[in-house]
Amino acid sequence: MDSQIKGVSTGTTILAVTFNGGVIIGSDSRASIGGSYVSSKTINKLIQVHDRIFCCIAGSLADAQAVTKAAKFQISFHSIQMESPPLVKAAASVLKELCYNNKEELQAGFITAGWDRKKGPQVYTVALGGMLLSQPFTIGGSGSTYIYGYADAKYKPDMSKEECLQFATNALALAMGRDNVSGGVAHLVVITEEGVEHMVIPGDKLPKFHDE
Amino acid sequence: MSSIGTGYDLSASTFSPDGRVFQVEYAMKAVENSSTAIGIRCKDGVVFGVEKLILSKLYEQGSNKRIFNVDRHVGMAVAGLLADARSLSEVAREEASNFRSNYGHNIPLKYLSERVAMYVHAYTLYSAVRPFGCSFILGSYDQDDGPQLYMVDPSGISFGYWGCAIGKAKQAAKTEIEKLQMKDMTCRELVKEVAKIIYIVHDEVKDKAFELELSWVGEVTNGKHELVPKDIRVEAEKYAKDSLEEEDDSEEDNM
Repeated sequence: MDSQIKGVSTGTTILAVTFNGGVIIGSDSRASIGGSYVSSKTINKLIQVHDRIFCCIAGSLADAQAVTKAAKFQISFHSIQMESPPLVKAAASVLKELCYNNKEELQAGFITAGWDRKKGPQVYTVALGGMLLSQPFTIGGSGSTYIYGYADAKYKPDMSKEECLQFATNALALAMGRDNVSGGVAHLVVITEEGVEHMVIPGDKLPKFHDE
Repeated sequence: MSSIGTGYDLSASTFSPDGRVFQVEYAMKAVENSSTAIGIRCKDGVVFGVEKLILSKLYEQGSNKRIFNVDRHVGMAVAGLLADARSLSEVAREEASNFRSNYGHNIPLKYLSERVAMYVHAYTLYSAVRPFGCSFILGSYDQDDGPQLYMVDPSGISFGYWGCAIGKAKQAAKTEIEKLQMKDMTCRELVKEVAKIIYIVHDEVKDKAFELELSWVGEVTNGKHELVPKDIRVEAEKYAKDSLEEEDDSEEDNM
């Protein structure tokens, strides 16, 4: 699927994981054309759509940027009208409406994660055709196929922030190690009630496994 | 009595020299001609009561409703021109439905009442249309935000309330409502008081028979707005009638 994307695609690894008190959203940083040329080694696939809500993008980079730009505007306007921070579910719904109503033209999938006062930390998947699903954690992108086993085995509900960071970093490193269209640095954002913390882990500082 | 706005009251697009829009005030008069509706917010929900005057013995009981469901968790009680009120309930339903479609969750009542009030206000700006001749009370219950009560009048203003009344006996009803400690009451207690207030403000002389329409939304209904079940309504009406008799009796003793 990714190889049929015209132009720049984010053959990618993205994930979002809830922990006790917050959520961690992470991605790699490689953008490729045709699966053999790396057009950027350091793009940021974690887009902030509101104070405590982030989105990570997979698929056609152009489509993803267009959709997140429209979604960011709608969510910001909605939040001002409601006079309160938007619910993560509302942000995910806005993205879902855009993806579903334009499904013929678009080829982009998203993971929305954030914190709101009503339900705390949440993760939502918005798939290609516009399906919206809430999950405790989720992985996406072409690199995710290589880490389903790891994620299913190692995820525990109610982890601490450090455990969750370790889980996310390991997952990204493993995926980037096997998927040719995922790589570069690992971007991680930790979202809690208190605020947002952005971390970048360069390729050489990522965890190494048995054959590295 | 209010003044007559001779010459300045022909359209909603004209101000009078003392800064009034008479068409909007006349619309509010239409509400005052209608029978009373009240809404009260308590600790764990909202209760609506409407005095439905029976104009003909041929009417089917329970028809001609004055309380509408706008969304699962929102109810609307109306007074004034009923056709106007029904069309506004459709507007409110669409707003709530579009919100849910776009944002995936229940519409907050403050936002809904502001949106419908904005719509009502739009009809007070032009000479080509007339203002809506109805006021309505919106109530909802949500697990996180709790019970909410808002009232919108023909001028397009919306305010939040703990208790409010619209229609011909609204002054008398407001006096009775003010006597209640609604913040400490539960829906079950409040239902009886709402029935009592409607019975108190009903004018036996001018208007003959009436049917009491009661609805509620709160923890007791799991957040769903619905008509009060028949047995609870019957119990509430009995309480109302008994309280009225007691008051009559005590008046006689004093004499």
